[in-house]
Parts: sequence; structure tokens; C-alpha cells
Amino acid sequence: MTQGFVITANALIKGDVVWLTPTGTLTRKLEEAEVFTSRDRAEAALAATSTRNAELVGCYVADARLTSVGPAPAHFREGFRARGPSNYPHGKQAETGTDSHVSLY
Amino acid sequence: MYRYTDFDNAFLAERNRQFRAQVARRIDGSLTEEEFRPLRLMNGLYLQLHAYMLRVAIPYGTLNATQLRKLAEISERWDKGYGHFTTRQNIQFNWPILTDVPDMLDALAEVGLHAIQTSGNTIRNVTSDHFAGAAGDEIADPRPYAELIRQWSTDHPEFQFLPRKFKIAVTGSPNDRVVTRAHDIGLRMVLRDAEPGFEVIVGGGLGRTPMIGKVIRDFLPVADLLPYLEAVVATYNLLGRRDNKYKARIKITVHENGIDQVRDLVEARFAEIAPLFDPTATKAALARLDEMFTPPALSPRDSTLFEATRTRDPVFRAFADTNLTPHRVAGHAIVTISLKAHGATPGDATAEQMRVVADLAQSYGQGEIRVSHMQNLVLPHVALDDLPEIHAILRAHGLSTANVGLASDIIACPGMDYCALATARSIPVATQIATLVAAFELDHEIGPVQIKISGCINACGHHHVGHIGILGLDRAGVENYQITLGGSATEDARVGERMGPGFAYDQIVPAIERLLLAYLDLREGPAETFEQAVQRAGLEPFRAALYEKGARDAA
Repeated sequence: MTQGFVITANALIKGDVVWLTPTGTLTRKLEEAEVFTSRDRAEAALAATSTRNAELVGCYVADARLTSVGPAPAHFREGFRARGPSNYPHGKQAETGTDSHVSLY
Repeated sequence: MYRYTDFDNAFLAERNRQFRAQVARRIDGSLTEEEFRPLRLMNGLYLQLHAYMLRVAIPYGTLNATQLRKLAEISERWDKGYGHFTTRQNIQFNWPILTDVPDMLDALAEVGLHAIQTSGNTIRNVTSDHFAGAAGDEIADPRPYAELIRQWSTDHPEFQFLPRKFKIAVTGSPNDRVVTRAHDIGLRMVLRDAEPGFEVIVGGGLGRTPMIGKVIRDFLPVADLLPYLEAVVATYNLLGRRDNKYKARIKITVHENGIDQVRDLVEARFAEIAPLFDPTATKAALARLDEMFTPPALSPRDSTLFEATRTRDPVFRAFADTNLTPHRVAGHAIVTISLKAHGATPGDATAEQMRVVADLAQSYGQGEIRVSHMQNLVLPHVALDDLPEIHAILRAHGLSTANVGLASDIIACPGMDYCALATARSIPVATQIATLVAAFELDHEIGPVQIKISGCINACGHHHVGHIGILGLDRAGVENYQITLGGSATEDARVGERMGPGFAYDQIVPAIERLLLAYLDLREGPAETFEQAVQRAGLEPFRAALYEKGARDAA
């Protein structure tokens, strides 16, 4: 289990959780996020991503665990952000569609 | 009910037009998030963990059937078909999309509702007694005063950027059902020589530093209400700390300066500004408002059918004995509809349930609905003989839970399941306690007890004033729950005492079970309530029950 970092934010229009991918796009699936193993590189990516004012709100660096299927939440708060609330099957856990691409509308 | 004037309608339409333009400018990039954030917060729009959240004010907790139906419609059209009623008598929608919010606000305006000042460092939605206008112990209906305060505080130019948020509660009864002593300003109606006035309490609050409010004026004539409130808030606006968010509430101002100095400053300011207010005009405004809140003309009714059903039907009897409060008119009752079905999220109502309650209010309840800070709904004016039919309809829609004031009638904030500020979950702790209580049929065995759960130190779940308070924290990346005991949310408000080390998520429900069972062992008889037993026996026997075995498990 390796420690890493992901860049995350909320999408401006829908308000839901998104992550930065290796190609610079945004994804709604944590497992598709780019993982930074260096805190400095994560901070540099955060600085670049934070300028995407028209798409994102509240960018920050979150800790992640590296697993065989990609990044996983390191903290339970990030776990809820990646999954949705525990009292109803709403949010990400209900979104079974394969299209995780984030667009403005 | 308050009826909007042309001025009110025009004000709201203009305000909504402005916000629609602000949203458009945020989306086209003209506004940064830093610029947009205070604008959206002033209109009740938060960004939470999974989505935006729109907090809609329900002024002093009063709704009519048309308004409740509109809330149901909004929840279906722009949200996920439910709403969450809060401890400040608001309703929150957890899943709106930014581009839909201007339409939601316009829909609210159609029925005289809005989300203005439900967030931000301003005077928030004024809360009041959910039994107003119906309770037998009332001196006068507090809602005309609450409405006067709403009008005075809405867009008040001096108070849009206070050091911190500011909450006012008003009660017209000696029995405090609005927790006045935990508000920035609490107003308790009192009589002096048969003249009604207010005992003014200032500097209460929960959160990081819980404080019970202090009396700043023991009798304020009603005609002086607005200049005196203005003097208090103006004094706080100057004196309150802006250097530290955690020391910015008026409770800290009062604590650091002392109530006597704050009182002197307020009285000096009051002397300056009182001449600018016209007491005759205030009285005339109150007279107009009084007329809008005239209680329905109810005549005493026979209750033969009610008594017969109560004798015959044990399920109805449980409901009648638990969820009813005496009404001032014979043959009537105040009905509390529990939004705490065992295992369900406290305070949540589906669109269908909202419509059912609206229909019942229209058919049997003079068209009135109240939202309580306990996160339940109330039909304040119901004839006892209509109750068998009302109960059957409630039962068909999952709304007949007979647990008001009992162990499973739990206050819980949204917690980590929704809230961006939360440090732990609240909702599943509440649902698991309620499920446990139901499984062992403990509600009626235990009797009255208030369990209140907050998912962070900000204390939206009022845990400090719960008979049993639960505070969820993040301890080294793991959810951990502290228990407080001995709090009270009435006119004798008390902050509970922390029992000891916290419990892990999977240990908190067994810990609460041990507390409840310890009470059953310790009480002198069924007549001694949980709160009374704690006051008599002290915390130690309860602490022993919590930690004898639990401490080792929780370590």
C-alpha cells in the first residue's frame, strides 16, 4: 500500500466530486485519477488546476492509497466523496454509467 | 399567516433576478468563486460534499398547505424527491444543480418563501415556538414579533457583514420550546403589570465554546423591540472580534467583556437610536401583524370518537399518548408528526409525505403546518374526533411513529454523509440507535429522553443541550464519538458534561444502549425520567456503566 496524492475539486455546475486525470481532463471516478507520488508535483498540478475557475470549485490535494485497481481514498472523508452518502443510494454509488467524462453541462 | 405585500413580492422578485444574473456571471467567468461565494451564501446556497445544498427559510417554522406542496414539487422537479428539515426550522435540498437554483428560488417566491440570509454572517432565519398560537401556556403568539424581526433584519444594511452569523429565537410561553438560552439573542415573553414584554437573553450559543445566554434586560416593552435589538447587534458589530473566527460570536464578546459592560454599551446605544424609531409605528405594525396571525376560531368539541378509539385501538392509543400536546381549546390537540421512523433519516420527508401532511392540514388542521427544531412536523389545530382518520392516513404513509420526545426521536445533523464541515457521520448513528430502541421496544419503557447528535464541533445537532449528547469527531483519521450527559434545552438550559474518552463508530451504539439500560436500573420508578435520574444520581453511575466494560472495548 503506497501513499500518493490526487487533485480533487467539485464541478461548478453539478457540484459533484471530480478528480484530475493524467491527460489533464476531469473524471468522476477516483480510480481514473492521476496519482502523484511526490507532494511537490501534486502541489504544482494543484496550482495549475486551480486556475480552471470556469469548471471547478475548491481544488485541493487529497491523500490517496495506491491499490491494484488504482487510487483509493486514504481518509474516510474522501471515501464518502468518492462513494456518496451512507443513508441513501444517491451520488456516485448510484451513477453506474460508464461515461465519467466531465463537461460543463 | 403573514401575507406578502406588493413590496415584499417586488423585493423578492428583484432579489431573485439579481441572483439569476449572478449565477450567469459565475458561469460565463465574469465572477470568480471568491466573488460568487458570498453572493450564493446570502441566498442560502452552499457547496457540500457531493453537491450544492439549498437551505430554504421557513420563517418561525410556519407553513401553509400550499407552501408545503410547493416544497414537495421543488424536491421532485430539481432534487431527489425529499427534503431535510433542520434544527433551525429550515428545509434543505441536498442535490440541486447550480443552473437550476434560480428557477427553484422563483418557484419558492410563488408561495412567499425564500432562502435569503439562511447563511452568511448576517441575522439568520428567526426561529419560534412550533406550538405558537395553539399552546395553552402561551402569553401571546410570538410570530408577529418574529415576523417584525424578519422584516427589520432582511437586507438590513448595517448587518450584512457581522463578525459572524447571528441567530434570534422568540417564544411567547414560559415553557421554552425554542432553546432561547442557546441563541445569540433569545426573547422570552413575560408579563409585568399585565403588560407583555420580553426578557432579553444574549450571548448563548453552542458550537466550539458552548455558553448559556445571560439576561441583558429583564423587561423590554414590546414597542422598544426593534431599537433595542438594533442596539444589541450594533454593539456586537463594533465590539465583536474579527481577528479569530472561533472567537467571533457574540457569546465570546459577552464572555470577554462581561455582561455588565455589554449591557452598558447596549443601553447607551439604545438611548441614542431609540428616538429614531417611532413606537407608535411599531405598535401599528404589530397590530397589523397580530391580525394576520389571529388564531382560528375553534369552538370546544366533543371527543367521544377519540376516547372510544383510544380505548379500543392500542396502536392509536400509543400515538395519542405520545404525539399529542394539549390545545387551548377543549376537544382539540396539537399533533406532532414524527419524522423519526425507526431506522429512517431524522428530519427527512419525501415529496409524497409532504403532500400528505399538506392535505391533512387543509382538511383537518386549519391549513397550518409547523416545523419544529426537533426536526418534526406539527399540525397545531386538530379536533380530537378527527384524529382516528388522521392517524389512519399518517399510518399509510409511514408518518405515524409514536415516539415524540422518546429515545428514538433523535436530533441529528446531516454529518459527514452530506456536510463539508463534518468530522464524522451523524445519521447512521441516529438510525442505529433508533433501530436498537425499536428492536427491544425501549421507547415507552424508557420514557422521555432527548438524544442529540452533531457530526462536528459546530453543534448543529445541539448535542450540548441533549439529555444524552453525541459529538462525532475525527481522531487520527477515524470516526470517534464523545458522549455528554446532563444537558437541557428548556428554560433551565444546561450544557452537558463530557463523560470521558470517546467511542469508535462501531462502539457508540452499544455505549448508548448501556446508558439507557443503566437508567432503567437506576431510576426510582417509571415516574422518574432519564433527566431527573441523572440530576438525582449524578454522572458517576452512568459513567461506570459506560466505561466498566466499554472503555476497554473502545480503547
